[in-house]
Parts: sequence; structure tokens; C-alpha cells
Amino acid sequence: MKMYLTNILADPEKIQRLLDIALTSLWPLLEGALYYTLPLTFISFFFGIILAVLTALARISTSKPLQIIGRIYVSVIRGTPLLVQLFILFFGLPTVGIVIDPFPAAVFGFSLNVGAYASEVIRAAIQSIPKGQWEAAHTIGMNYTQTLRRIILPQATRVSIPPLSNTFISLVKDTSLASLILVTEMFRKAQEIASANYEFLLLYTEAAIIYWLICFILSLIQDRIEHRLGRYVA
Amino acid sequence: MISIKGLYKKFGELEVLKGIDLEVNKGEVVVVIGPSGSGKTTLLRCLNILEVPTAGSITLNGHTADFSKQVAKNEINYFRSETGMVFQNYNLFPHKTALENVMEGPVIVKKEPKDVARKKAVSLLNKVGLGDKFDFYPFQLSGGQQQRVGIARALALEPKVMLFDEPTSALDPELVGEVLQVMKDLANEGMTMVVVTHEMRFAQDAADEVIFIDEGKVIERNKPSELFTNPKEERTRQFLNLIL
Ligand SMILES: Nc1ncnc2c1ncn2[C@@H]1O[C@H](COP(=O)(O)OP(=O)(O)O)[C@@H](O)[C@H]1O
Ligand SMILES: [Mg+2]
Repeated sequence: MKMYLTNILADPEKIQRLLDIALTSLWPLLEGALYYTLPLTFISFFFGIILAVLTALARISTSKPLQIIGRIYVSVIRGTPLLVQLFILFFGLPTVGIVIDPFPAAVFGFSLNVGAYASEVIRAAIQSIPKGQWEAAHTIGMNYTQTLRRIILPQATRVSIPPLSNTFISLVKDTSLASLILVTEMFRKAQEIASANYEFLLLYTEAAIIYWLICFILSLIQDRIEHRLGRYVA
Repeated sequence: MISIKGLYKKFGELEVLKGIDLEVNKGEVVVVIGPSGSGKTTLLRCLNILEVPTAGSITLNGHTADFSKQVAKNEINYFRSETGMVFQNYNLFPHKTALENVMEGPVIVKKEPKDVARKKAVSLLNKVGLGDKFDFYPFQLSGGQQQRVGIARALALEPKVMLFDEPTSALDPELVGEVLQVMKDLANEGMTMVVVTHEMRFAQDAADEVIFIDEGKVIERNKPSELFTNPKEERTRQFLNLIL
């Protein structure tokens, strides 16, 4: 480490070369982030949350079959590595004639993942809302769906924002795994550039900084949402 | 108006209501008293089928729910629409303002146009003395104010019967009066009410009949003046000694 640094600092040309590479690779990396990493994150999170709400409702429903389906789904997804799930979808399914492009395969895999993890968060949030809220809604004549949509989920959302933000930020970072099923997202871009010029440290560090910046901005947005939703509690 | 016949309620092995018979006429105010755990809350919750009784029947306005059979959903809906419930701990919706709490039922359940529902909510909040608190969230209101919003929320659905479950027992003493006043006004307007409360003053002033319940049975019923000063049953006497 020390030698690497002293070598560079002693050699202005080397410094110039690294700066050039850092600058010229910046746009391709950002492209990877804008065209793949971020869309992959947002689309997967969107479908994942829908799946998560449905799964949470299945697990707190009174129907045994629904409960069991929800449980098995969550257990399978949480009990197997994400990378293995992606490989099954992308490299495994073609064996039985199901061929999915890299991007949709990644969306599919990440959505299933978010669905399973977030369903636990949402289930706990729904169950944390006092029973009196359900009862008050029922006594003014609201049915199950109305109560859920108007009374329970809005309150559960506020409780779930911090843990769901964690899920979201994990997802941003997990999308780097999509590089292994040939999605040209940011990390794969970094790999491609580095394998041409051998500046692995530089490029992977640059990618890391961009990941960190994205997550940092997201956590600022999280603070704002929490603040907005917190307006009705003392 | 209400006729309860042979009402039983079991929670698993625990028999909480053991054959309650009760009549409430239109415009009557019935106060229910009894020791903690005697089944008062359960009785009120059975009246709007928040709990499904194990046996017996309730007739409300000519509609009979017979609990020896499965109760139909529209029968439950009828009981819910004709009764308003006020809870001990208010159970307001914390993410909605006072006005939104009151409008929720009319707009979502009765599909009333928003402006109509808003007008009604405004006049109900005025009526319970909260004309200056429309846009306050529950956490910004005192317990007494929250409970009055709770009453307005129940009234917004224009129920035929109002059920109160110890509406003042969670309140600081200085806030009890404002809630009882709203209830007395309601009684004077001719609302039919079943009120679980240990506020003897309210019972004296507003009740047509007081019912003493113990261990899931009606022990004694009478006019308030009679029951409080001259109880016939030993158990009633003991209970009154404890609370008066
Ligand atoms: N949902 C329930 N499940 C089991 N037991 C209950 C339930 N609700 C009430 N009980 C029991 O029924 C009895 C009567 O309760 P309740 O009607 O609340 O009495 P009160 O309002 O007179 O104090 C108590 O022993 C209570 O523990
Ligand atoms: Mg009670």
C-alpha cells in the first residue's frame, strides 16, 4: 500500500494517467448507474413492495392455505443465496426452455427478494397497529379492505419506513450481483474498463464511491419522508 | 328498540355472559354498572356484534340476529350502521384530523359527497364544543377533547342507538365534566343510549334505568334513585358501598 502510494506520488505522469482514466471512466460508470443500477433498483423495489404487501396480508389472513403459501415463499427466498436465485433464473431456466433476458431476469430475482424480506417488515408493522383501530373502523361500518387501505396501512407505512429504507439501500448494493448474469450495470462497467487497463483499485474504488453517493442521497430522502409522515405523532 | 334475549358469550372455556335479558325503549338511557370483569364491555360489544355471542338473540328496530345460527354479513352490517360506539380509550384515527375522523364514516362507508359530509362534521364538532379544533390531530387534543371527537365520529353515521364503554374512565378528573355534558345533551335530545359508567351523578341525572351486572348476569335493575338508595340485592349493596 505504502509502496504503491510513494511510487505514484514520485511519478507525475502516473498521476496524470490515473486522473485521466478516472475522468474518462466516470461517464460510462454513471451510465451504468443511470441506465441499469437505478432502474433495476426502482423497478424491483416497486414490484417487490406489491408482492410484500400481498404476502404480509396472506400471512395474517385467517386462511390456512394462504398462510402456508406465504410462509413457504418467505422461507425459500430467505433461506437461499440471492446469487444462487439469480443463477437459477438466468442460467438454470433455459435448460427447461425458459429463456429470460438479463435485465428482466434480474428484476424478477430482486423483486422476489424484496417481496420476501419486506413482507416481514410490513407484517410486523400491520400487527403493531392497536386492535382498537380495527374495531373503531368496524364500528363506523368500514369493511376489511376499507379499514386496511384507509386506517391500517397508512399507519403501518410510517412504522415501516426506516426498516424498508434499509431494504432499499441493500437492494442498491445487491444490484451489483446482476453483473454476474451479464447485466451491464455499474459494477460490470467497472470490471470491463479495469480488465482493459488493469487499474482495478482505481475503478472499483470509483464504483464504490458512486454507490456510496447514491445511498447517501437516498438516506437524505428517507429522512424527509420520515419527517413528513411523522407529522401526526407528538 | 333493543331487545336482548338469553344472551350468552363464551371465550373458549370462559363463560362471560350467562343469559342476559334486557329491553331498551326508544329514547331511553340505560346505565350499566358492575365490578371489573363482570362482562359490561362484552355486552356492549355484542350489541354491535364486534363480538359474536355464543347463544341468544338481539332484536334491533325489528331486525333480529339469532346467534344459534351463523349471523349473515348484512345482518352484522345492519347492527353496525344502527349503533354508534364510544370507546374507553377513544380509538381515534391518529393520522387523521378531528374533521377527517368525523368525515371518514360518511364519506367512505355511506359514500356521501365530501362537501355534505364536511358540513355535517363541522356542525357535529361545533355541537360537542370543538368548533376551533377541526384541523387538530388527536395527539394535539386533550383526552376530553379526543373523546368528544369520538362521540362526534359515532354520531356522524346517524345511529339509532349510542353505546358508551366507560367513556370518562381514562380521563383526568377535571376533563370528565365536559364529556358527560355532551352525553347529557344527547340524552335530552332523545337519543337511545346504553352507557357503561361509574359516574353516579350522570346516572342520577340522565338515566331512566340502572342495571347492575355481576359475573355475566343481570342482578338488579331499577330507576337510579331506587337502585342507589334502596338496593334490593345484597350484592348490589356491597358493590355500591365500594364505589359510592
Ligand atoms: N377477547 C377476549 N378473549 C378472552 N377473554 C376475554 C376477552 N374479552 C374479555 N374477556 C374476559 O371476559 C371477562 C369480562 O370482560 P369485560 O366484558 O371486559 O368486563 P368488564 O368490562 O365488565 O370489566 C373478563 O374476565 C375478561 O378477561
Ligand atoms: Mg370494560
